[in-house]
Amino acid sequence: MSLLQIVAELWQSFGVTLQIFLVTLILSLPLGLLVSFGRMSGNPLLRYPVSAYISVMRGTPLMLQLIVVYFGPYYLFGISFGPAYRMTAVFIAFAVNYAAYFAEIFRSGIQSMPKGQYEAARLLGYSRSQTFFYIILPQVIKRILPSITNEVITLVKDTAFAFTLSVMEMFTKAKALAAGQTSILPLFVAGAFYYIFNYAVAYLFAYGEKKLDYYQ
Amino acid sequence: MKVLEIRNAEKSFDGTPVLRDVSLSVEAGEILSIIGPSGSGKSTLLRCATGLEKLDKGSVSFQGRFGMVFQQFNLFPHWTVLRNVTDAVIRVQKRPREEALQEGRALLARIGLADKEQAYPCQLSGGQQQRVAIARALAQNPDLLFFDEPTSALDPELTQEVLRVIRSLKELRIAMVIVTHEMAFAREVSDRVIFMADGRIQEEGTPETVFASENQRMRAFLSQF
Repeated sequence: MSLLQIVAELWQSFGVTLQIFLVTLILSLPLGLLVSFGRMSGNPLLRYPVSAYISVMRGTPLMLQLIVVYFGPYYLFGISFGPAYRMTAVFIAFAVNYAAYFAEIFRSGIQSMPKGQYEAARLLGYSRSQTFFYIILPQVIKRILPSITNEVITLVKDTAFAFTLSVMEMFTKAKALAAGQTSILPLFVAGAFYYIFNYAVAYLFAYGEKKLDYYQ
Repeated sequence: MKVLEIRNAEKSFDGTPVLRDVSLSVEAGEILSIIGPSGSGKSTLLRCATGLEKLDKGSVSFQGRFGMVFQQFNLFPHWTVLRNVTDAVIRVQKRPREEALQEGRALLARIGLADKEQAYPCQLSGGQQQRVAIARALAQNPDLLFFDEPTSALDPELTQEVLRVIRSLKELRIAMVIVTHEMAFAREVSDRVIFMADGRIQEEGTPETVFASENQRMRAFLSQF
């Protein structure tokens, strides 16, 4: 198999990798924001379970979480969703895992905002949600962007964990090719794909940070 | 007509009384300065009057709208100067955008920052930021303006430019309650001065009578300046 063929094969499975990446981001960022609200809630009936959720998600392997989400319904409740559930399980496990990390980043950003911003907004008559979405959140995003960049770069590499559930993303494919060809080349090519992808991600986020550089 | 009336205000933090039975009222257009040593309850009184803190006992009642100028300015750093001044007018008070922008520009001209409307707060000096905060408060069309130590975060030169702006508001006939450590300014600008210590109003009256008072606390306080 020529290098070009390997690149072509991996390019196809890269679509699945990209899909896992995008769906995870789209689900886990808003979910993370909601979770951070729960984590900061004054109501202990909300705060404690949410804290426990974050703790478990961050304290156990993503690979284990993937397996639990995929096989759990069958072993726990005898429910079988069929093969289409494979991809859904990947999305769920990634989203709930990443939401926990994003929640802690949002929380640290929100709690670092000076009290005076809330007080000024309140006396100007802004509602609580206006204060949050127009005044607090834009400043929080600027502060947490470097931490978010870190997580997103990790996510690009973590998509390879979908291998655990035999989803045909790029890493699974590269491993299969390597085994079939008894060659390490497919793995190097996969490595190059991840690297280029992350280079683009880092570039995009650096651009975003620069865009927000207009104030301090 | 009274624009503000505070009756029998009491407030403690963790069991330490900060306000003890404070009552005061402010007439429309009146300028009232509150002076006193740190920890005397001046700022707490303002924070309770504006609702940022809750009184333990007593009541606060307003006629009309009020605005607040903070020691730390509290401008919104991600917005331009003009948006800082006009956003609440447009978004909260729902006034027409063009009208609000026009009024905002007029206010910026009034405080001498017409050329800074597109600047961001971080590009301004502390004095300029505080002037923008004053414009933001004025844009609310207040009947009463609170100033919580508006020059305490500024060096002497910038202090003077901010005091100049506050002085120039006299002609607007907006009532003002000013917590300040600028004694000369309080004496010159106020219709009435209140001296607070230990959470109580110790002296109250025209600047002439209060600054000439024989009250021990007042003399001890003034001797520091």
